[in-house]
Amino acid sequence: MQGLLDFGNNFITMLPQMVEKFGVTVSIFFLTLIFSLPLGLLLSFGRMAKNWLVRTLSKVYISVMRGTPLMLQLVVVYFAPYYIFRIKISNNWRFSAVILAFVLNYAAYFAEIYRGGIESMPVGQYEAAKVLGYTKLQTFVKIILPQVIKRILPPITNEMITLVKDTSLAFVLAQVEMFTLAKQFAAAQASVMPLMVAGVFYYIFNLLVASVMEYVEKKLNYYR
Amino acid sequence: MAGKDLLVINHLRKCFDGQEILKDISLNVQEGEVVSIIGPSGSGKSTLLRCATMLETMDGGELIYMGETAAKEADGQCVYAQKADLKRIRHHFGLVFQNFNLFPHYSVLKNIMDAPMTVDKVPKKEAQERALGLLEQFGLADKRDAYPCQLSGGQQQRVSIARALALQPKILFFDEPTSALDPELTGEVLKVIKELAKEKMTMIIVTHEMQFAREISDRVIFLEHGDILAQGSADEVFNSDNTRIRDFIGKLNS
Repeated sequence: MQGLLDFGNNFITMLPQMVEKFGVTVSIFFLTLIFSLPLGLLLSFGRMAKNWLVRTLSKVYISVMRGTPLMLQLVVVYFAPYYIFRIKISNNWRFSAVILAFVLNYAAYFAEIYRGGIESMPVGQYEAAKVLGYTKLQTFVKIILPQVIKRILPPITNEMITLVKDTSLAFVLAQVEMFTLAKQFAAAQASVMPLMVAGVFYYIFNLLVASVMEYVEKKLNYYR
Repeated sequence: MAGKDLLVINHLRKCFDGQEILKDISLNVQEGEVVSIIGPSGSGKSTLLRCATMLETMDGGELIYMGETAAKEADGQCVYAQKADLKRIRHHFGLVFQNFNLFPHYSVLKNIMDAPMTVDKVPKKEAQERALGLLEQFGLADKRDAYPCQLSGGQQQRVSIARALALQPKILFFDEPTSALDPELTGEVLKVIKELAKEKMTMIIVTHEMQFAREISDRVIFLEHGDILAQGSADEVFNSDNTRIRDFIGKLNS
């Protein structure tokens, strides 16, 4: 009986704080998307560039970002100002470093998704646009990109779901988000319950992400 | 009747991987003329069309639209005009593809309206009037809000003809316009092309539809191994003494 009461009390004190820190989790998620989706597109252009140097640099970048742990990248980004420029690392840098590392990492994944989508476009679409007199930019923005977006939504959704869970890696830089807090509660209460609650948070958020993306996919189903 | 030359091709050469696909092709097309290009597969018909529409670069020769030089030969190489000039020259012609290449994410109406608005900065109202007029003419008025995937192949091809015409080109090229269609749908596309011929639209048509070519063409060009084997009026070519041509036409008719 006492155990159950403790559980209830713990839960009630814990929940508002976890909800609050969930805000940090959500911020990491959205800020990463806002910056990495456009950066990924630029990077995919680099990856497909005619210029050998640009193409190779993009390829190496993507390879390194995909081939090393995000956890390590977080540490590197965090300490880079000190090791490269000897700038003292301030407390404000913590959150920015988290976002920067996430953006740099996810842009690499998104770049490859964009590339797959762009390269899957039939050449006839480019030729039709060319003969009709569209400029290269008009062709890309009006004809190619909208169709590419439709094609790449499923893999993008995958990455978004992974991103939701990856936000917990921010703890490496002692950035307190929901999961960091849950771990602290778990240690203090000697119970896995807070971690389970964190799991439920992630699951619900991902359910939301998946249904929003499913809705968008349906919206774009009006053609082919 | 001596019309003026809308298109002049002189000594066009084109190679792929060192193999000559087109050898020294020369061709003039006058205003109001309907020219069919026939010949066996691999004879270079489509390549000729793609060079003329600047989807492929030529390796040698001249390409002149309405007196404006798009490409000319200099020091044994083919030199194309400046980008701005090419843009203007591109405006003289339209191309209808074998597999339509409509924009799947645009409605029928938008497919036709978008290029005039985007490329020529035609006001929306005028672009829409033009598009609706063409849809009416081609019997597709009720399909204005449909998407390409909801149309039959024949309807899609008619939309793509309308899309090309909306830019008001002087010459319309057709690259095997009915080859992706089953026989039932071929007729409705050919009918549209015949109507355009009646309106004295200048057209260059690569086709395997011999009967159609014979009916519609002012001039027929028989291409083989990248060479013009014969050209002349439909009757001249179809009644040619050349055994190769008789063979080809006979096979298709049998």
